Amino acid sequence: MAALVTLRNVKKSYVRGKQKVEVLHGVDLEVEAGEFTALMGPSGSGKTTMLNLMAGLDQPTSGEVIVGTDRIDKLSRSALTDWRARNIGFIFQFYNLLPVLTAEANVEVPLLLTTLSRSQRRQRVQTALQLVGLADRAKHKPNELSGGQQQRVAIARAIVSDPTLLVCDEPTGDLDRENAEEIMNLLKALNRSQGKTIVMVTHDPRAAEYATRELHLDKGRLSREEVRHVA
Amino acid sequence: MKYFGLIWAGLWRKKARTIFTMLSIVVAFLLFGLLQGINQGFNQAVQNLNLDRLYVSAKSDMTDGLPIAYLERIKAVPGVRAVSYWSYFGGYYQNSNNALPAFATDAEQLFKVYREIKVNPEYIEAMQRTRTGALVSDQLAKQYGWKVGDRIPVGTSIWTNKEGSNTWYFDIVGTFDLSAFGAGFPSFYLNHAYFKEAAAFGDGVVHYYLVGLDKPTLATQVSKQIDTMFENSSYETRTQTESALFQMQMKQIGDINFIANAIVGAVLFTLLFLTANTMMQSVRERTSELAVLKTLGFSDTKVLALVLVEALLLCVFAAAMGLFLASLVFPALKPIFGDFKMPLVVVGFGAGMALVLALVSGLPPAWRARQLNIVDALAGR
Repeated sequence: MAALVTLRNVKKSYVRGKQKVEVLHGVDLEVEAGEFTALMGPSGSGKTTMLNLMAGLDQPTSGEVIVGTDRIDKLSRSALTDWRARNIGFIFQFYNLLPVLTAEANVEVPLLLTTLSRSQRRQRVQTALQLVGLADRAKHKPNELSGGQQQRVAIARAIVSDPTLLVCDEPTGDLDRENAEEIMNLLKALNRSQGKTIVMVTHDPRAAEYATRELHLDKGRLSREEVRHVA
Repeated sequence: MKYFGLIWAGLWRKKARTIFTMLSIVVAFLLFGLLQGINQGFNQAVQNLNLDRLYVSAKSDMTDGLPIAYLERIKAVPGVRAVSYWSYFGGYYQNSNNALPAFATDAEQLFKVYREIKVNPEYIEAMQRTRTGALVSDQLAKQYGWKVGDRIPVGTSIWTNKEGSNTWYFDIVGTFDLSAFGAGFPSFYLNHAYFKEAAAFGDGVVHYYLVGLDKPTLATQVSKQIDTMFENSSYETRTQTESALFQMQMKQIGDINFIANAIVGAVLFTLLFLTANTMMQSVRERTSELAVLKTLGFSDTKVLALVLVEALLLCVFAAAMGLFLASLVFPALKPIFGDFKMPLVVVGFGAGMALVLALVSGLPPAWRARQLNIVDALAGR
């Protein structure tokens, strides 16, 4: 299968105060289309930085980042913004829903950037909410929903524009075991039945078990890889 | 338009704060509308004054008065169309709190000088027939419930009559429409001939000669001619146009233009800081939300526009409310300014001020939102 995401000799460093911090030291990686990849490793190992680079939220200091046919490390800030809107679905640890909007309005936000009509947007929002099992909570605001429900709304928002790649940063980090399992089953279903390519950063080994591939990062380098066949 | 929901929701994120900010803008623009409106009202009143009317008073002081004998000499000046006169009677009805703007005059000539006052010619004739007659404005008649044929007592602290009394009796013989003028305009006229005969002193002294000209361009020439005519006499004159007289009277109250601008300037300056602070606080609280929008694909410019439009909505909506409320207050000022609405120039200037307020207070937080770094903002740095 062809690689959807390719990282070639990617290095990333930050300047914090007067100090230069090397986060990634020449990472090479390929993620195939349809894969569910879990990125694991201790805090500060560079997991989130790598995820940000794949999602076009940040640019590498050197190296190549290719997603699909796009060399995104070469894109300008505004081109990268447009690219993200078309290609990436984001799921965060703390859901990051807009508290003043209802669930359906939150899910609709990425679609505001498209040329879809209002009725087309509504149709898509409904479908996404049905897919995550929250069609009956469409009119509720985030503070009227449980943590698990809020994360499901965030997943609906991530998939509503049918992105090429779903990136998840600790999606179960703020949830109890039961809700975490529900979210992971939902991501698994999206991967297995909808064919979504998912890259997920997690500290939780139980969450990582849902992935088809497990990558371990340590001090900015890929240290270990595990491929598993999950039913 | 599709972003309206997002902007509207952002605006009402903290309801109490938005309402209080909005209220302060409403009050500020209500004040702005009233003060600027009144200011414009004065200016408009000056502009509306007729340039073909002159007022002649004693040079030393208006209260010194001029002899009635000047009438024929002023009438003879080339370019003079009509001449009448006012002698200040003052007076009050029933008690001294009900002051009357009463003047003794030659009514027939007066309405020739003031052609915009609407009066039934029969009332003028009745006034000429009735020595103790009085013509009153519709508004004054309505205020005190007077009707044609009523005999009313008018008290005065200045003019004792030959019977030794300070109460004079007048018969209402007609009314006139004074809506083209403000409240300060004399609205109670008595016959000067009767006043001269019946007053125990004063010999019918005239406080103002009112001169109607053939055309406005003659104002300077005729003024000069009148004043020259009485130069070095016992009663020297000062001749002014209606607008010059009005402006002089206004200056006695104070520089209304300066006062209005100073108050409005101070209020708007304070408001600028208040609104800017509210917007800045609102954006600071939403750092992670704005970062999420950028993550989802909202460009820097779009995020800037969202914040800026939010500030515009807040300021323009509240300012419009304030100006609307001010326009509702204006009819209540009709007795002072006559038939007067909020000038469109004030509405236009107010809208401009609201836009400036929105831009100046909204731009710094909008720029901050535009410059937001997604990775740092999501990491809470």
